[in-house]
Amino acid sequence: MITSTSQALLEVSNLQTRFYNQHQAITAVDGVSFEIRQGEVFGLVGESGCGKSATCRSLLRLFGGADARVSASHIRFDQIDLATLSEEQLSNVRGRQISMVFQDPMTALNPTMRIGEQIAEALRRHDGLSGQPLRDATIALLKAVGVTSPQERLRAWPHEFSGGMRQRVLIAIALACKPRLLIADEPTTALDVTIQDQILKLLLRMRREIGLSVLMVTHDLGVVAQTCDRVAVMYAGRIVESGDTRQLFRNPTHPYTQALLAALPTLSGPRHKLKPIGGEPPNLADLPSGCRFHTRCPQAVERCRVEDPQLRHVAPGHLSACIRQEEWAC
Amino acid sequence: MNAFLTKETRQRLARAHALQWGLLLLATLLLLAYVGPYLLNQDPLAVDFDQALLAPSLTHLFGTDDLGRDVLARVVHAAATDLQIALVCVLLPFAIGTTIGLLSGYIGGWVDAVLMRLVDILWAFPFYVLVIAIVGSMGPSIGNMYLAFTLVIWISFARIVRGEVLLVKNAEYIQAAKVLGYSQLRIVLRHVLPNVITPAIVFMMADVVLTILAVTSLGFLGLGIQPPTPEWGVMISEGRNFILDAWWISLFPGLAIVYVGITFALLGDGLDDFLRPKA
Repeated sequence: MITSTSQALLEVSNLQTRFYNQHQAITAVDGVSFEIRQGEVFGLVGESGCGKSATCRSLLRLFGGADARVSASHIRFDQIDLATLSEEQLSNVRGRQISMVFQDPMTALNPTMRIGEQIAEALRRHDGLSGQPLRDATIALLKAVGVTSPQERLRAWPHEFSGGMRQRVLIAIALACKPRLLIADEPTTALDVTIQDQILKLLLRMRREIGLSVLMVTHDLGVVAQTCDRVAVMYAGRIVESGDTRQLFRNPTHPYTQALLAALPTLSGPRHKLKPIGGEPPNLADLPSGCRFHTRCPQAVERCRVEDPQLRHVAPGHLSACIRQEEWAC
Repeated sequence: MNAFLTKETRQRLARAHALQWGLLLLATLLLLAYVGPYLLNQDPLAVDFDQALLAPSLTHLFGTDDLGRDVLARVVHAAATDLQIALVCVLLPFAIGTTIGLLSGYIGGWVDAVLMRLVDILWAFPFYVLVIAIVGSMGPSIGNMYLAFTLVIWISFARIVRGEVLLVKNAEYIQAAKVLGYSQLRIVLRHVLPNVITPAIVFMMADVVLTILAVTSLGFLGLGIQPPTPEWGVMISEGRNFILDAWWISLFPGLAIVYVGITFALLGDGLDDFLRPKA
């Protein structure tokens, strides 16, 4: 399916994540494969509940108490297969190799620890620094993420910071251990638009300066357009289309991607009515037969009801999962 | 004071009026309990039948009891005893209950199930019945009182802390700590504990009041401190026979208990304001 390139930092193959409760099992991620290259920003986009957060949490196996089971052909991260690691081995990867920034900066900082201490804690773990060098490194990191007058901010409590400032602090903490991959799970969803722009620029600057790779999870196509080199569109637990961001935006081939883009307002070009996607995403416990999108797809035909479409190349590096693709290609 | 309190801590203290009053009353209490006996220079055990049942006067401010002992001296001497017992009877269950609640809530699974069923069983017994049963069957002594209170009260702390842990353990900042690969021990001690301890501390202050009442009640029933050691509950119990003629024997130790109660209630209320970080 996806051809592996030599510079792939993370290669996920056939990832499946199932959540269990007393009544049922739900397959939130169903056979997802993708790769992230060194220094690349890779976007994972889709509606709420499509499995994008579950996908990125599966990489580090962090589900916050939910009963989830992860299986995959492999999750290769720089020669290591994360899928085969024990919980203890995985905790050595966490923070040092792969770190994460959460959606809501208001709840992701420990309210009973000072800002400086929370950053220093991460630095201490990674570098074993202490005393003045630790303090200097903490200040340098705060400055790097654009917190003004960092010396005075060291002793501040999280509740004294605004959302944007907290997200900067969280990014600083995530970067303290110099990870190679940063998972950003909707890092700007809880922020207003001007702050969102600053945070995204900060992430892009960090990518440039320290060669960070980023897995950007978002439902915001604007964020994808602004930051991502490549993008995968998810629907009901599967990737339906993936490819180079520009190419995919200019020439979307999957009806779902087309519908998503048609639902966006544009500033340029002729005025047209926004087209919302009718219906709702399917219940993961009760998926439709065939293509999972066929119930909402304007181009669905009888075959879509029975045939389960696979990802196929429509152009070099551009994959799409729609059976009608072949008809159109001919 | 300025040397070890930061500006911000002082500001928060300045806002917490209940805490200020509580600390003031506590300081007075400690002063009376530990310095008072030396200032008074009155033997609380000295029996003098010529001086029996004297009403409060300038020589005996709180009057004397049926054995002619000075009530003021006895109230003051009893303070240290009652405070010490109450504190131990609260700190031991606080430490044990907090630890168990923390582990039970954080580990979850069958550990949690077993510990919480044990708590449920103990919870089913009325507090006094259990304490009296333990002290009564093992014999009245300070050691047995410590044991009885610890066995009975830890469940309150365990329940409070466990409940808080359940709220906190899936919070994003705990997730974030896991993402950073911190050890379980570090996460529990540095990230969970500070966020769950405040209600336990506040409850501890309220519990001091209850414990003092319980200790004095046991004394009243003859199961606590044994006469002639001065103890407020014992004194009230002894004064009972003379309540109509010599009200002062029971009244003053009673007022002392009320004073301690108010002190710790204010401390608990004040600490709640002071420790809770403002959102």
